[in-house]
Amino acid sequence: MHRTKSGGLINRKEVLNFSFNGKNLKGFEGDTLSSALLGNGVHLVGRSFKYHRPRGIFTSGSEEPSALVQLDEKKFTEPNIRATTVKLFDGLVANSQNYFGSLSWDFMRTNDYLSTFLSAGFYYKTFMWPKAFWEKVYEPIIRNAAGLGKLSKEPDPSIYDKGFLHCDLLVIGAGPSGLYSALMAARTGSKVIIVDEDFTLGGSLNGEKLEINGGLCTDWLRTILSELTSFKNVRLMPKTTLYGSFDHGIYGALEIRNYNSRDNLKKPRHILWKIYSKFSVLCTGALERSILFENNDLPGIMLSKSMRHYCNRWGVIPGQHISIYTNNDDGWETAKDLKEAGCNVICIIDQRPDINPPIKNIDYVLGRKIAKAYGNLRISSIKLDNGKIIKTDCLAVSGGFNPNLHLTCHQRGRPKWNELNHCFIPNNPPKNMSVIGAANGIFNYQDIFKDSKIKLTKILQNLGHKKISIEEVKISNRVYKVSPFPKNIPEGKVWVDLQNDVTVKDIKLAVHEGFHSVELLKRYTTLGMATDQGKNSNVLGLSILSVIKNKPMDEVGTTIFRPPFTPVPIGAFAGRSRGKHFKPFRLTPSHHWAKSNNAVFVEAGNWLRAQWFPLKGEKTWRESVDREVIQTRTNVGICDVTTLGKIDIKGKDAGAFLNFVYANNFGKLPLGKVRYGLMLRDDGIAFDDGTTARFSENHFVMTTTTANAVTVFRHLEFCKQCLNPDWDVHLISTTDHWAQFAVAGPKSRKLLQEICDPKIDISNDKFPFMACGEINVLKGIPARLFRISFSGELAYEIAIPRRYADFFIKEISEIGKKYNLVPYGTEALGVMRIEKGHAAGNELNGQTTANNLGLGKMVSKLNDCIGNTMSEREELNKENTLKLVGFIPTNKNQSLVAGSHFIEKGQTENLENDQGWMSSVAFSPMLKHSIGLGYIIRGNQRYGEKVHAVNPLRKEIIEVEIHSPHFYDPEGELLRG
Amino acid sequence: MIIQHPDLGPRDSSEFVYKGDAALLFRPKRTENNDQKIFHDYLYLRNNPAGKHCELWYHEYGDRSWLVVTRDTTTHEILKVEHVTDYIKSCKAK
Repeated sequence: MHRTKSGGLINRKEVLNFSFNGKNLKGFEGDTLSSALLGNGVHLVGRSFKYHRPRGIFTSGSEEPSALVQLDEKKFTEPNIRATTVKLFDGLVANSQNYFGSLSWDFMRTNDYLSTFLSAGFYYKTFMWPKAFWEKVYEPIIRNAAGLGKLSKEPDPSIYDKGFLHCDLLVIGAGPSGLYSALMAARTGSKVIIVDEDFTLGGSLNGEKLEINGGLCTDWLRTILSELTSFKNVRLMPKTTLYGSFDHGIYGALEIRNYNSRDNLKKPRHILWKIYSKFSVLCTGALERSILFENNDLPGIMLSKSMRHYCNRWGVIPGQHISIYTNNDDGWETAKDLKEAGCNVICIIDQRPDINPPIKNIDYVLGRKIAKAYGNLRISSIKLDNGKIIKTDCLAVSGGFNPNLHLTCHQRGRPKWNELNHCFIPNNPPKNMSVIGAANGIFNYQDIFKDSKIKLTKILQNLGHKKISIEEVKISNRVYKVSPFPKNIPEGKVWVDLQNDVTVKDIKLAVHEGFHSVELLKRYTTLGMATDQGKNSNVLGLSILSVIKNKPMDEVGTTIFRPPFTPVPIGAFAGRSRGKHFKPFRLTPSHHWAKSNNAVFVEAGNWLRAQWFPLKGEKTWRESVDREVIQTRTNVGICDVTTLGKIDIKGKDAGAFLNFVYANNFGKLPLGKVRYGLMLRDDGIAFDDGTTARFSENHFVMTTTTANAVTVFRHLEFCKQCLNPDWDVHLISTTDHWAQFAVAGPKSRKLLQEICDPKIDISNDKFPFMACGEINVLKGIPARLFRISFSGELAYEIAIPRRYADFFIKEISEIGKKYNLVPYGTEALGVMRIEKGHAAGNELNGQTTANNLGLGKMVSKLNDCIGNTMSEREELNKENTLKLVGFIPTNKNQSLVAGSHFIEKGQTENLENDQGWMSSVAFSPMLKHSIGLGYIIRGNQRYGEKVHAVNPLRKEIIEVEIHSPHFYDPEGELLRG
Repeated sequence: MIIQHPDLGPRDSSEFVYKGDAALLFRPKRTENNDQKIFHDYLYLRNNPAGKHCELWYHEYGDRSWLVVTRDTTTHEILKVEHVTDYIKSCKAK
């Protein structure tokens, strides 16, 4: 009794089982969740946002404000799904949102009786006082009571993908104008993409009983779709919502692959498309609006065109005693189609007094308005403004049409008022977008086709096509005449925005309180916010504002729309970039070897680096790290340092270039030597440090820190291309091409001698500290050897082409056994550099200068180099400036904490007395106690002085002694030996 | 956004890194008396026009060229894209 026997786009032979609020129901293939609910006589689907009023299905499209459901359950659940857009599938589970108790007996319905107190600006006014109540009392209650659906709070098990598409013409909307435009373009061979949010292409034609070229419009639709499908240059994309228009012809689209993740776990639920187009046509049609009267939000009240489509497309009989309320001709079309389908249409009420009724076989009332609707969980009767009561269980309302122009506003386009059709029409859409048909305010079908042809011809000519062929289309004529908005304001509880529970009274109150402008009105009342973005309500609200302010609509103006057109799940934006795949990993050349040696890995930027290598029986990370440090310092250790940035610099001006980008001099660096280099920013702050080796007159090899590898290279390209474009300098990043290992410890030379070509002498005389050279190792692998030390030991760094790295590390480990070679990770590396007092990322933190680092004397005074002039600023060189020094706890059993701040003993721990901070700490296995590096005022003059290291987070104060930053081998004898 | 690379044609803006005002191309040289004022002005004073703006973009995920993009800041319309050397030449010609 809720479905017609035949007709429509559903397959009555394919029955689908689904459940709503725990009740098992049946629908058909081709149904949406909303049509299936109506087909079961279910109108009541939810409770409203604020007042918990019963709400039904109001539309048949994505603009739906009321029929929001919680789809599926547990970890699969997704809230706020519009029942009107979900294609029904077998096994679908949906539940109502926002009720307490049961849907038909909601405990929170009392909010409705309290509505006097819950009006516009209620939150702003009520919850201001007392201040402390906001977080603890008000917010949790409001969050619980108001609102929409709920998240599962579990990880989303669905897969989301992303894709990129390119086309000459993007057609947005597959209704009559969209398909006609697409066909014209397709025939020229242009690359065409057609997107439509519906799962069945055809737009309004799917729900209308129009005649095209003497046949059914659905037949015409089938022909045109089959021709479009035959083109290789056409991509048809149903279930795809264009949610945003961006710069330069780029569009964002969301394709809903399925709502049933449970049965499609390996397939994407949604795909987020980025579409690049040369031209686009907006063929999104128009959205119907409601009419204002008391209790116009009751279940059973539905927009007229939607009701017609439910009947025509899905064979739904929406009620047993249907009435229709209209101010334009479209209401009569609904009456006609419903009657033809066998529905019991009892009455048409048309606001217009002076029309010639297009159909005579249904009772009608002209020139009257509905004053009030009655009913509890569903409409039961209506009262006209002359007092007449009509019993009805279903009411179709047609208040005219608004062009669906949202996407024209995404580049600040502001719609203008059209006095003829009483609606806003697009004004300045994005560049290369044409708006066609109803979206452009053209409501007559015959004119829509004409409009398409004119605009497409122009676009195709711009694309270089001269021969354009398209047949004329003859379509049944429909007149659209709508009465203007009434000049009075209806009384009682009259709903403007169903989703946000905004009433006419709220708008009156807002204006009364001074929120006159449309933008302020929107924010104060929440009119037009939330998931539907006011698709039904905005213009109605503005009409009320226009009456109150006694100003015409074009002076009242309108708010504009931002992306997204309909909600896009965050998961779709994330795509596959989540969890482990949030960002790509870079593996060091020795990764697989390290893994087989039980390494624990740490993320360093995008790199995964070995942090330490635990041995059997070691219970804590400290045990492993201490062992690695001690063994390196007594024998020899090896560490993969490939992650340091490596930049090859060549050219006649390479030396001058290095002089320019480093703060210290490089031009006079002898061949076969390495030098430490400090790079400043042009504002005088330290940027990065590393070493640069000179292999020939015009060939240098630079290393940067791991963290700044990318930014230093970018900076060097800037210094070259932008600041010194005439210099002969060539840069290339070789970070990934050379594997590099630090070999450190007293036995490092012996070990290297063994793998080195015997003809090469690396004795201390021939290859002293800071020497570099090109050698070969392990019977012919080309390598670069640098005698540099980050650990403070006699040490080398050896670079070999990456492809030999795995072989190299395995060979050297084997050969190194007799020297007790130990692999060490980043943690031991860090401990040793702190013991030696070398600055690293913690010290080069973008706030510190060469002077702070104790490297002020290195900065060139003569040449022009990046940063030297500004590093001489008075403020950066004052007497009590911060200096990098070392710290040891007075009580050697205490552990220092990085981030602690230094306060003179006896002084209060506050910002005024702050003297600096601890930047790095470690347990020194050599000294057997905790050590730290940090910045403190005049630190270099205060060795031996005791201060407090204060850590308010841990409520800890540790007495520390200021020390030289060089804890280990302060004279540097080891590394030169 | 799409940037018309002078050598590589239309490229998505995600391939680029933005630096800022093309005025950064005209870095002063250190003077005899180490004048900090000119460096202060170079580093910290920028125009912020509503409309035509010449700015530096680096094609980091491409050919590594630094380009000068002339963009309307109110509409994001890109009016011109050129190599820095061509831009510097045209500035000097003026």
